[in-house]
Order: sequence, then C-alpha cells, then structure tokens
Amino acid sequence: MTSVLTGTAVDVKNLSVRFRSKRSSTTALDDVTMRVEAGEFISIVGPSGCGKSTLLKVVAGLVKPSDGQVSLFGDEVKGAQRNIGFAFQRAALLEWRGVRKNILLQAEIRGIDKAKAARRADELIELTGLAGFEKALPHELSGGMQQRVALCRALLHEPPVLLMDEPFGALDALTREQLNAELNKIWRETGTTILLVTHSIAEAVFLGTRVEVMSPRPGRLMRTLPVDLPRERDYAQVMTDPRFGSLTREIRQLLGAHESH
Amino acid sequence: MTVTNETRADPAPPTPAREPVRRIDIGTRLLRLVDAIWRPAALLALIFVAWWVITAQGWVADYLVPTPVQVWERTTQDWSSLMYHSYVTLYETVVGFLLASVLGLATAVAIAYSRTLERTLYPIVLFAQVIPKIAIAPLIVVWFGNDLAPKIILAVLIAFFPVVVSGVAGLRSTDPELLELSATMGASRWQTFRKIRFPNALPHLMAGEKVAVTLAVVGAVVGEFVGASEGLGYQLMIANGNLDAPLLFAALILMSLIGILLFVIVEVLEALLIPWHASRRSATPLTTS
Repeated sequence: MTSVLTGTAVDVKNLSVRFRSKRSSTTALDDVTMRVEAGEFISIVGPSGCGKSTLLKVVAGLVKPSDGQVSLFGDEVKGAQRNIGFAFQRAALLEWRGVRKNILLQAEIRGIDKAKAARRADELIELTGLAGFEKALPHELSGGMQQRVALCRALLHEPPVLLMDEPFGALDALTREQLNAELNKIWRETGTTILLVTHSIAEAVFLGTRVEVMSPRPGRLMRTLPVDLPRERDYAQVMTDPRFGSLTREIRQLLGAHESH
Repeated sequence: MTVTNETRADPAPPTPAREPVRRIDIGTRLLRLVDAIWRPAALLALIFVAWWVITAQGWVADYLVPTPVQVWERTTQDWSSLMYHSYVTLYETVVGFLLASVLGLATAVAIAYSRTLERTLYPIVLFAQVIPKIAIAPLIVVWFGNDLAPKIILAVLIAFFPVVVSGVAGLRSTDPELLELSATMGASRWQTFRKIRFPNALPHLMAGEKVAVTLAVVGAVVGEFVGASEGLGYQLMIANGNLDAPLLFAALILMSLIGILLFVIVEVLEALLIPWHASRRSATPLTTS
C-alpha cells in the first residue's frame, strides 16, 4: 500500500494538556510520553475521564498541547492533521447521505480523483460487508453497520495513521467481536498504524500489538504491555490463549488497583 | 488492498435494509392521502354546514354574515377583479417571502459564524421583531408610497424573524464531531458549510420557512390595509366600507387560500429537500422495525 510509511509514526513527548474554565483548571493529561512505530496497533485503556480521548485529539491536532509536543512521522503537529483517519464513538454520519456517499465525503473534501475514490470505496464496502447497502441511509442501518460506514470513511484516503475513539463502545458484544475481527483484518491488509481508545480490556488485548494502560485523571501512562500474539488473530483462539488470560488479568489489576481507593 | 470477487458475484446479497422505505405504490399513496385529508375535510364540511344553516335560517342578519350562496354569487360576479386582486396580493407575498428567506438566511449565517456579528445583529433583529408591524405600516407607506414596495417591505419585515431564528438554531445544531471530522479532512469553511452545516440546518430552517410564508401573507395584507389601490386587503377595506359582507367574505376566503397554497408549496419543497429527516419519516408509518 502506497501510504504506508516507515519509522516512527507517532511521537508524543512530555505531553500535558490542561483545560481551563473560568474558575478552575483541570489536567487531562500529565507528562505523557509515547512512541508508536509505523504498523503498530496501540490499544489505550483507562478509566473514564482519564484523558484517553484527549490524547487522540492532540495527535489529530484538534486539541493543543499545554506542554510538550507531538509529531506525526517527524513533523510536529500544529493544527488539524490531514494525513490521519478519525473514527468517533458515535458514527457521526451525514443523515442525508447514503452509505456510499457518506464514505465518499472524505474524497470530495480532499479532492481525491473521483474514479480512484469510487474504486477504493467499493473495495472498502466489500471488505466490511456493506455490499448491497450502498444507498441505504444511516437511519436504516444498525449501529454496527453505521460504525462500518464510519470506518470505511476513515480509511478511504488510505491514511498512514488511524485514530479510533471507542468506536465500538455502543455496540452489542457479538457485533463488537465481529467488528474487532474485521478491524484486525483491515489493519493487516493496509498496514495502517492504529491508535485505539477503548474501555474493553478484551478488545484492547485482542487487537493491540501493545496496550497502554492509563491512570485516572490526571491521565498518565501507567504501564506499557506488549501483546505477544501473532498479527493474525482469531477470536476463539485468542480467548483461550493463556497469554490473553494473563494479560487481561494484569490490566484488570492495574485498573482495579486505582479504582479501589 | 486485494478484495476477493466471490461475495460480489453472490446473486443474493443480504437484503434487510436493501430496499429503503421510499418506494411506495400508488394505491398506498392514495390511501395515505385520503387518510391525511378526510379529517380536516370533515371538520371543514361541518363548519360549512353550520354556517349555511345559521345564515339560511336567518338567525344572523345577512349584512353581518352572508349565506354561502351569496358569497358564491358575489365571487362569480366579481371573478376577474377578485382574481386580479388575488394576483397582486400573491405577488407581494411571494416576493416578500423570497426576500425574507434570502436576507434571513444571510443574517443567520452571519450570526452563526461570527460572535461579533451576533452581538451586533441579534439585538437589532430582535428590536425589529418586537415593533408591532401594524404600527409602523403607515410610516412605511408614507416613506415608500402607494406602490407594491411598502407591502413587500412589510411582508419581508414580518417573515424575516422566523427565518433568522430557525436558521441560527439549525446552523448551530451541527454535531461537534462532524466539525472535527471535517477539520481532519482539511475542509475549508465553505466546504464545511456546503456539505455539512447547511444540509444539517435544513430541517430547522424549513420549519421557520413554513411559519414565515404564512406571516408574509399577513404582512402584504396589512400593507394593503394602510394604503393601496389594489390587492385583497384593499378589496376587503372597500367591501367593509360599503357593508358588502359577501365581497368581504370572498376576499377573506381568497386570502386564506393564498396562505394555504403557499404553505403547501413550502411543505412539498421540504419533503423534496429533506426526505431523510426524522420529521419526514415519522409521517410514513410503513416502517417496521
């Protein structure tokens, strides 16, 4: 794939983010340092409100760092980044557009060649099992299918980095597993570097090559856990793998230890 | 990326949401139309019969309330002049409404995009709204003469406010995640407006337009009351002066018909522009889920 770059994809150095309101100032992220090599899949877990989403938004250039800096492929992030794909917790689709046109929004705004974008959209529709629903409007789709559309849209321009902010959080367990398997496949086939924020420990381990565990606010990186599993993953196999069991246990303990006090 | 062709060749793709609920056969459509119309039609018929009985029985003097027959005879007698006056009022209303829509939308965009402009414009818009239009109608006629201009201006003044308010509400209701998304796509302000914010604002805006179009009729007629030599408002004043109740009623009915006609046109326009919106979907109970 042409868009795959090598080297360090995301470089976060001593990043702190503080939000100031009129009276108070809250620290969302405190001195976070993280390096992501191209092709990695980083899962970020942590309790609610620990700044996971903020971290993604800083990488995307949607939130300014208060301290420290973030670079994408060596270039410092200043303002909204174009060479990324972003998938949100809610699908955030345009209600008035059908599936295919929602996906093609990405191409229209970026001015990608129409024929090329159409081909790519068809590939993604096929890959995510949306074939036959090209013209369906978002309200006619299930939650899982809406997220598939959002995923296709985030991938249309073949971004070297894909940022995902709890994209499957609102789905039922079965649909979620299915989409996890699809995401694993997409990641392997495209070689995209992925940063996934999630609440689900199982999802984090199943998908990630590395899991970053964050502490409650102010968000710090508590522990980095490499996931020593093959890149191609099958749900049933991974679930029964002893390494999966010990990793999820360890993460649960790390998060639980912080929640108990 | 490589994609296998095997699923594409599959003759029976999954079908649940395949055929969206938009395609409806003529029979169902007719049934639905009947269903939508019969209740108000029945009520209207009831009122009409009551009117007929009360006036035909002579319970109310016919110089106060004429019988339907008298109104009908007067209407056919003066048909061409009534049509001319209707045309004048319709013209003033439509021009006023269109101007109000354009100016209102422009103002709404300015307010939604700029805090400074919001602080400058909103108080003035509000001030213009709270002045009773009927009170300033004579002044406007003095300023702009007996022509069409003052009627159009009054229609604009009265129809402008709902367009601004609904436009601002619509433009502000954009999902913040969609705006972040468009930022990561590198969208220009214009692209974000055209592809995201404006279509998203349409349901709100159309609700305002529906209010505006009925108000525009009021504006035009008020203008005609104050100083005119043509139009249904003028006709009504003449009829009133001559104690010509049948003509007065004829003018009144025609005014209402203009209002209803324009409202229906805006409704149809809305159905064409935002078939996807929840407010439109709920009107089609065929959806089973």
